[in-house]
Amino acid sequence: MRALDRKLLRDLWHVKGQALAIAAVIACGVAIVVMTYGAMISLRETRDAYYERYRFADVFSQLRRAPLRVAAQVSEIPGVAAAAARITYYAALDIPSLDRPASALLVSLPDEGEPRLNRLALREGRMPMRGRDELVMSENMAQALGDHTGAHLSVLLNGRKRDFTVVGIALSPEFIYTLPPGQLMADDKAFGVLWMPRRILEAAYDLDGAFNDISLSLSPGASEPEVIRRLDNLLARYGGTAAYGRADQMSNAYVDQELDQLRTVALVIPPVFLAVAAFLINMVLSRLIDTERESIGLLKSFGYSNGEVGRHYLKFSLVITAAGVVAGIAAGLWLGRWMTGMYQDYFRFPFLEYRMDPAVFSMAVLLSLLAAALGTWTAVLRAVRLAPATAMQPPAPAIYRRTLLDRMGLDRIASMPTQMILRHIERWPLRAALTICGSAMAVMLLVGLFFFFDAIDELVDSFYFRANRQDVVIGLVDRRGERARFDIAHLSGVRGAEPVLEVPARLSHGHVSQRLGISGLRSGTRYRAFYDLAGRAFTLPQEGIVLSNKLAGLLQVQGGDAVDVDVLEGARRHARLRVSAIAMEHVGLSAYMDQRALWRLTGEPHAITAIQALLDRAVQERLLKRLKDIPAVATVSTRQQAISALRETMAKSMTIVIDFYIGLGAIIAFGVIYNAARISLSERGRELASLRVLGFTGGEVTYILLGELALLVLAALPIGCALGYGLAWLMASAMETKLFRVPFIILPATYGIAMGIVLISAAASALVVGRRISRLDLIAVLKTRE
Amino acid sequence: MARATDIRSAPTDLARGAVAFHVHGLTKIYRSGEVDVAALRGVELDIFESEVLVLLGPSGSGKSTFLNILGGLDRPSAGDVLFRDHHLTTMSERELTRYRRDHVGFVFQFYNLIPSLTAKENVALVTEIASRPMTPSDALAIVGLEDRQNHFPAQLSGGEQQRVAIARAIAKRPEILLCDEPTGALDSPTGVIVLQAIERINAELGTTSVIITHNVAIADMGDRVASFANGRIAGVVKNAARQPAKSLKW
Repeated sequence: MRALDRKLLRDLWHVKGQALAIAAVIACGVAIVVMTYGAMISLRETRDAYYERYRFADVFSQLRRAPLRVAAQVSEIPGVAAAAARITYYAALDIPSLDRPASALLVSLPDEGEPRLNRLALREGRMPMRGRDELVMSENMAQALGDHTGAHLSVLLNGRKRDFTVVGIALSPEFIYTLPPGQLMADDKAFGVLWMPRRILEAAYDLDGAFNDISLSLSPGASEPEVIRRLDNLLARYGGTAAYGRADQMSNAYVDQELDQLRTVALVIPPVFLAVAAFLINMVLSRLIDTERESIGLLKSFGYSNGEVGRHYLKFSLVITAAGVVAGIAAGLWLGRWMTGMYQDYFRFPFLEYRMDPAVFSMAVLLSLLAAALGTWTAVLRAVRLAPATAMQPPAPAIYRRTLLDRMGLDRIASMPTQMILRHIERWPLRAALTICGSAMAVMLLVGLFFFFDAIDELVDSFYFRANRQDVVIGLVDRRGERARFDIAHLSGVRGAEPVLEVPARLSHGHVSQRLGISGLRSGTRYRAFYDLAGRAFTLPQEGIVLSNKLAGLLQVQGGDAVDVDVLEGARRHARLRVSAIAMEHVGLSAYMDQRALWRLTGEPHAITAIQALLDRAVQERLLKRLKDIPAVATVSTRQQAISALRETMAKSMTIVIDFYIGLGAIIAFGVIYNAARISLSERGRELASLRVLGFTGGEVTYILLGELALLVLAALPIGCALGYGLAWLMASAMETKLFRVPFIILPATYGIAMGIVLISAAASALVVGRRISRLDLIAVLKTRE
Repeated sequence: MARATDIRSAPTDLARGAVAFHVHGLTKIYRSGEVDVAALRGVELDIFESEVLVLLGPSGSGKSTFLNILGGLDRPSAGDVLFRDHHLTTMSERELTRYRRDHVGFVFQFYNLIPSLTAKENVALVTEIASRPMTPSDALAIVGLEDRQNHFPAQLSGGEQQRVAIARAIAKRPEILLCDEPTGALDSPTGVIVLQAIERINAELGTTSVIITHNVAIADMGDRVASFANGRIAGVVKNAARQPAKSLKW
């Protein structure tokens, strides 16, 4: 090994603490890139493979009832590769171990063979046999209930209880993610999918030789909109509710949304880390070069060229970067595997392939090298430019001046050490600025990440408390008349009940259209509150239609504009409605109308699909049990249950991620502050030792060094908070999807926690450096020259 | 001290003959803030191949600046330095680097060893880039440090460190050895050992050696002694006979 390389290794060893801190920051950036891209690629590949192997359909449509021959006509539509007709219904379940009603989506299985599309991935057991009351249960529900094959389950088929044996447990590409209708969060105990032989559903729902649900796959090159148009035409007279593609299929939309969000994280967060790494490399390297100016002059005097000297210091940062990249890739692979595994809990895949694209490694390496090059550039240039004769002489003593504060009279009130601190900062304003900048970045990152907790709280608060005030939403098996409300309202413990009508419709404005359910609420409803974009409450107008802000944005309409409304069932009427107001909502695309206006629109007065009710807390449990026995009830979702499900999911998935990010923030803070302190110490060691010789106490000397850092860190806190506000805003807007808007809200406590973590980090680095100050060699300092 | 006539530029007077450096009208002005400080004011001097030239003078008289320019570390503001056939003053940065690498060895007052490298590695730093070097061990043997090769600078005494610096300077077999106060930080007996090393290299390799000192006693080991004062050469004297370094005392 060449002597110069040996010097490099020993120099690195000498600054190992600082080098490690930098490598750790680089490793964090690289790890996030590898982790998020790894998870993203794996998720995407797994989804694609799953869809292909289990023949996930491309187009879906629900209808009221059509004879099976229509299915044959559907498969003749040009561009359709295969069509699978079936029967689907929501039904209530009786699960004795559960204190609330449960429900399921019932899906028919062909009497012979496997479904042509949307095949099941059997995880356990077998498919139901003909002529027996057997079913296959979705894995999420089976796991939540602790059920295995052989378990018994009562299903209310069209109001009549029937006992089934669970013979299989399965997954389906249609239900990677399942949400109970009208809910924000999955509730696996109380909602699942059940597959059972077609004959059973046919008989129960009077659909002999008919179907109410059809899925299609498209041949390559087929136009999805064209197929959908023809399908809708064909199914219109059978009560078709407008077909939709994968983009509007709920489970698929959620997976897509998750992929989008992963991409956002992968795009926004790593650059922050790499910027900090570049900054740290610059800080350490330029100060190293300052302390090495003699060696640089010496090397040049021996005849080492500028290029050779430059390369020497370049290698210094390359070694650190390489260490960071290697550690980052290793950590990223491990974390990516873990994160992908976590999706197993969240999404349901029969297999999960952890894949990694080598291009991601190259990208991570390139980004890190770029950061290193940026950080190294100016420092190395200084080494190259240093004229040998100048380098050989000790640098001229730094010129200190009376500071602005001195001139304002501070020298009369501040102690000598305090004045030294202030003069040092004023003498090296750029250096001070960089330390502030680095610490501020740590605060920024933490605020920008912790903001998600506030966002989720706000989401829960706005959705479950401010907007929706009912304790329970009871979904009905069919369009009952308003009578059903009286039945439920008269149960003891119900403090009030209102009917809700949900009608599938297509809303269009210009070229844009969106398919969704319009909610018809009673005028002057007490259970649903509306807020306009300025946060003012308003009541549901009797005429026109209210759109959520996301929907209004999508359709590019404002209050007062007209939208075209096509009802997608019943008489399939059309109307042009005025947008009477726009309601602020974080989740989903929704439209609301006064119930009477909606009845007039559909031509079905008094039809309702659900009931929302307020319950007496004291008897809530008993009441929910009673609801289980009412045949008209299909689903029951309580607010309490939904919130605790949400919190549980968050606790499972978020806490580990957040712990990880706290670690990252702390590493950045530590990296910046520890480096600043160590470099200050190496530069000012002589000065500080001389002060000790003059009789200053260890504490006073420590104060001079660490007091300066404390001052800079304190100055960084508000700046970091301001930057964090910006980062949070960026994250919130980048994460916004069609279905979901991250509320932009940061609570004061979030700033507090972020600042606290940085302060603890700063204190830890102060402690480490402080111990070194106490070990300063007082004699050596007086012997050697400056 | 035996002195002969002032021979500022009279090569014929010197038996050794060939001129290594021809210095003419050398001026160096440092600009510090708004004041110009003249470090050299028109220095005229010839330095002969294989001689030992001692530069005497108080601090600030321009000795170090002169030495740095001879070594290609610094450039003059005006005037010319001819090394054999080459004008140092017109050389590019790259050529100066080449010149230092191939021809010049430096010894500094404060040794300037790289603290993170052992004695042998400090020497290797130079031998690795030289065209016909001796081995680091041989160079260290010349200065009597063959058994201290693997010590780090911090484990060596001041005199030992300076001898490592000399070994480092001579390991490339330079034609020119430039020493800036080589004994300035050493006591007399240690200083003598260091000077003996320089003397030996001059004798064995015929290296042209320029030694800066403010210590008059050292002047006796030179062939000639040039006195600097106020940026000029106040006088050059030829020693009638060089005193061996061993006999010097201060």
